[in-house]
Amino acid sequence: MSRPLVVTRRMVDHPTDSHTLDRYQETGGYEMARRSLDMTRDEIVETVKSANLLGRGGAAFSAGLKWSFLAPDRPAYVVVNADESEPGTFKDRQLLERDPHQLIEGLIITSWANEANHAFIYIRGEYPKPARRVQQAVDEAYAAGYLGEGIFGTDFDLEVTVHLGGGAYICGEETAMINSLEGLRGEPRLKPPYFPAAKGLYMKPTIVNNVETICNVPHVLAMGAEDFKGIAHPEDTGTFLLSLSGHVNEPGNYELPHGLTWREIIYDVAGGIRDGNELKTWIPGGASAPWFVPSLHLDMPLTKQATADAGSMIGSGAVVVMDETTCVVRAALRLVRFFAHESCGECTPCREGAPWLEMMLTRIENGQGRPVDFDVILDVSDGISIGLEWPPKMTTICALGPSAVSPIISLRDHFGDEVVAHIEGGGCPFGRVEEEEVVA
Amino acid sequence: MTARETEGVLVTIDGKEVRAPEGELLIKTAEDNGTYIPRFCWHPRLKEVGMCRMCLVDIETPGGSMMVTACTNPISDGMVVDTKNDRVKKAQEAILEYLLINHPLDCPVCDRGGECPLQDQTMSYGPGETRFVEEKRHFEKPIPISDLVLLDRERCILCARCTRFADEVPGDPLIEFKERGYGTQISIFPNQPFSSYFSGNTVQICPVGALTATPYRFRARPWDLKAVESTCPHCTAGDRISIEASQNQVLRFLGVDVDATNRGWLSDKCRFGFEYLNSEDRLTNPLARQEGGTYEEVSWGEATSIIAQRFGAIREAHGGDALAVLGGAHGTNEDAYALSVFARDVLGTKNIDCRMDDALGTRLLTGIDRRARISDVDTAGTIIVWGPDLKEEHPTLYLRVRHAVQELGANLIVIHPRATGLDDRADLKITYRPGSGSDLLTQLRGGDRDDVNALLEASPVVAFVGRTGYTEGPTMAEAVASWILELEDSRVLPLARRANVFGALDMGVAPDLEPGRIAATETGRDTRQILGGLASGDIRGLLLVGADPVRDVPDGSLATSGLSGAEFVVAIDMFHNDSTAHADVILPALGFSEKEGTVTNIEGRVQKVNRIAPGSGQSRSDWSIIADIATALGSDLGWTSEQEINDAMMARVPAYAEASWDALDWEERDGVVVPAPGADVPVYRPEMTTQPTVGAELVLHSARKLYDDGVMMRKGPSLHRLAPGGFAHLHPDDARRLGARTGSAVRLVTKRGEAELPVQVDPSLHRGVVYVPFNQPGVGPLGDDPVVRVTAVGEPD
Repeated sequence: MSRPLVVTRRMVDHPTDSHTLDRYQETGGYEMARRSLDMTRDEIVETVKSANLLGRGGAAFSAGLKWSFLAPDRPAYVVVNADESEPGTFKDRQLLERDPHQLIEGLIITSWANEANHAFIYIRGEYPKPARRVQQAVDEAYAAGYLGEGIFGTDFDLEVTVHLGGGAYICGEETAMINSLEGLRGEPRLKPPYFPAAKGLYMKPTIVNNVETICNVPHVLAMGAEDFKGIAHPEDTGTFLLSLSGHVNEPGNYELPHGLTWREIIYDVAGGIRDGNELKTWIPGGASAPWFVPSLHLDMPLTKQATADAGSMIGSGAVVVMDETTCVVRAALRLVRFFAHESCGECTPCREGAPWLEMMLTRIENGQGRPVDFDVILDVSDGISIGLEWPPKMTTICALGPSAVSPIISLRDHFGDEVVAHIEGGGCPFGRVEEEEVVA
Repeated sequence: MTARETEGVLVTIDGKEVRAPEGELLIKTAEDNGTYIPRFCWHPRLKEVGMCRMCLVDIETPGGSMMVTACTNPISDGMVVDTKNDRVKKAQEAILEYLLINHPLDCPVCDRGGECPLQDQTMSYGPGETRFVEEKRHFEKPIPISDLVLLDRERCILCARCTRFADEVPGDPLIEFKERGYGTQISIFPNQPFSSYFSGNTVQICPVGALTATPYRFRARPWDLKAVESTCPHCTAGDRISIEASQNQVLRFLGVDVDATNRGWLSDKCRFGFEYLNSEDRLTNPLARQEGGTYEEVSWGEATSIIAQRFGAIREAHGGDALAVLGGAHGTNEDAYALSVFARDVLGTKNIDCRMDDALGTRLLTGIDRRARISDVDTAGTIIVWGPDLKEEHPTLYLRVRHAVQELGANLIVIHPRATGLDDRADLKITYRPGSGSDLLTQLRGGDRDDVNALLEASPVVAFVGRTGYTEGPTMAEAVASWILELEDSRVLPLARRANVFGALDMGVAPDLEPGRIAATETGRDTRQILGGLASGDIRGLLLVGADPVRDVPDGSLATSGLSGAEFVVAIDMFHNDSTAHADVILPALGFSEKEGTVTNIEGRVQKVNRIAPGSGQSRSDWSIIADIATALGSDLGWTSEQEINDAMMARVPAYAEASWDALDWEERDGVVVPAPGADVPVYRPEMTTQPTVGAELVLHSARKLYDDGVMMRKGPSLHRLAPGGFAHLHPDDARRLGARTGSAVRLVTKRGEAELPVQVDPSLHRGVVYVPFNQPGVGPLGDDPVVRVTAVGEPD
């Protein structure tokens, strides 16, 4: 099956040196950045908006629309969110490692379009190699006159700072990332009033975009809005990177056009389930997304709208596939534990509620569940994420707390019987693996 | 203006329509209109963070109802809010259950139990029972985070009130969250205690018992406390406090939020400076010195008759002017009025002064043209502080200025010989050498400093003016005030120490003022002259009223020689001190929480002090002691209560005509500001004067720290150990030249004293200046002459 490649074209064609400046330029790199400096801000924003480039960090919000919200106060900043921390997500890593100049070119255009003279690339600290590659590329770009003062011989200045995170998932949340960049605790800010486009880094207008989103920007301009929309799906335009993992035969990153069905993705793209096992469930869009099951979702297309209609999200493109050997209680526990561990502690429901959920799930998995526990789990979850829906109606400042509830939603919707079996059977039907209680 | 601007926007809260200013936080609008929304993290004097999530309410939006925190959402026109529906109740129950799962529920032994927002809101909004059967979170507890404050991390609900306070209000960000999520906890930084002068405020605003104060810990149950509002007896800002006592013992002060003065905040000196009231060292009986120097208890009648006989004899033989009165700035206005009338009309002396030779001229303090109010800093364009370090000597004024600069955008100019607490917020800091202030002032007045000129363009200008230290004479401040008043749209707040010094001056406890700020026709002797007169024998009898000149007068050796030379000394006081040691008769006085009356603050605001506990032993009010002595001297002043004196005072002091006890109703909460300067007394505009520049190689800068060795500190075990002790601060260049360094010792010799002190190298000092904190434990007085000779002692180690 031939699939259109946009952001991974270069690394596929040139697997050994796609990250070098020479290869990048040899394949037409930085041409669009150079040309964009002759375009007006409005032209660029309008093109990106009408191409309907959706943010690839999780929320799938129109990038052009986000840019159009930039407040007039100056200076403005651009921040690249390269804090890829969602369990199961590893797509940005490849873009950072294998095509860092593509990111820088997108960043130049994004900064020009948003009148920013200083941009930041916030890379998670656990990504040393991507960070080295990006820093090297930034250094090369400075040396080539593509960054720094008067880039490409124009009077536009652009400084780029590469910053490594200190190891907190929450710093992938854009306002927590801004706090972290400022040297503050990585805690989300209140929205309102701190929408980054209005009051972001240093309380100045700030555009925060995901790596993949920014990598798409040069291609959007090069192809034009109409052609970009023509790649695949008319609404979910362009391609997207899917990090496929779990019990599939061919896990990995795939650049795909929007609109494939889950059956195509799991069985064609990823080569089906290991050992000929049955598919049990999968996470469609990162650890925060409620799970899908074959009986309901296998022939559904992977689009923003269809996924949302089914009560989940395409999120960060991380698909974790689980086969019939999987204990869903343990899977849910591992996810809840992750979120409990990563809660920043700022607001009460997430800080106290998520670890409580973890404790109860641990007991159930270990055979100490009580008949009342699942009701308590659901009700405690309801205090974090009212009604246990997705997108969540949250009692928290950010979506991390409700993300901890997503696995509970999935248990409730699809695997209630398995939870009851754990409780009534005095332990895990899949065999006993003592789950340690590792609260926070 | 539209209705929206004048009346505010229309908001519907639980079906009730209310109007409030657009942009006001919903939680406040609701509360002001009778709907209390529960909360933990929100505090009206701190920035909102929306962390505890207790104040979740439903608002209607085009996309349906939405849960928002009332503490972070400003109101807008047409907003419809539901604070009581099932969804809100469910959220409130959930939040409380979350907060309680790890709370130790040790309420029976918790200081907060009985007045705890977590208890109260659990009662009103909580789920009634917990479903948590797991192990609770454990931390070592309690851990001291400063000398005064202990932290219990298990009780803590992580609302960030304490951390926000420390950062936002006093600018002491010494406590912060560490770890994250379930392990989040309040912490100090390694080897850096939370040694803020304002740490006690965090204990007061903590919504649980996570922060407790050592002076109060385990001392009482809140329901056993009785409380009375009063006015803080420590600094001149007139901070409103609630005095709380159990079984006739004062156990704590709380700050009361009054916008005119302290906005609820107190320095730790004010908050914990009550312990002396309960000291076992309080005087309980009149004492008379016997042959051989020992004191014997005598009856009030005996004491009074000894005093009447001795004072009477001196008056008879040498005239009233052979008698003198020192003190009176720590009492009430009624005490001060009684003292003033007694001195002038009964003793027949004009030698009376409530200032301890460390203050400014009486006319500058009481009668100045365009005297500022504290609240003027809120609207100031530029604030100038040329005087003491406000953080050390006027702590709540320090907070007020800090707030105005940090949050309201005022310019700030600080002029002082060394670092001050406000420097980090100052647009301009000028460091100068004491003794060369006139030169600097000449420059400023001549418009020679562009940096100053530029800042002064933002008006109004509000200036805090006082003595930066004791080696700088009071006329320097007069000259500064004169310059400020030459500026357009300017006001001056003259600074002085001792709680009721402004009231005492208004009552005429001064050699050149009669009650009512009326210039005396004949000027008597001030403190310095009185002490000199005692030493030389011109003055023979002295009445000390709550005064310890040996400790408090900058030139302590002058005080010692004066008191030693006196023929007969009477002291009205709560404690033996270095000055009462020279007294022939000592009379036990009531503390301020043991009597009623009025006091006047720095801006002329008259407020009440109220009684909550009886005095120690046979102690009595100053005024009634004085009235008895007057009677024994043959002059019945006719007073039988504070209230009667207040009536007499109002009649004689025109400025106080409005300040009746009835007018000082607590419900009003802000007292009465007496007009400055008052009725038919002309306003005073200080003359520009100059002082010669001191040419000595090194000059002494002697100024107070918040904590010192004063008797009220000494008798309070919690605060006394906080006095930093004696140090000689030297500029690095001077230290190098002298062969001294931090930790080594230097010998300081002045005309009036000498001391050997450890060195602190202090780059904030102006070159050529030696700073020595005044009245620290174990350090004798160096006097107020600026010339000092400094030599290194031994080898630096």
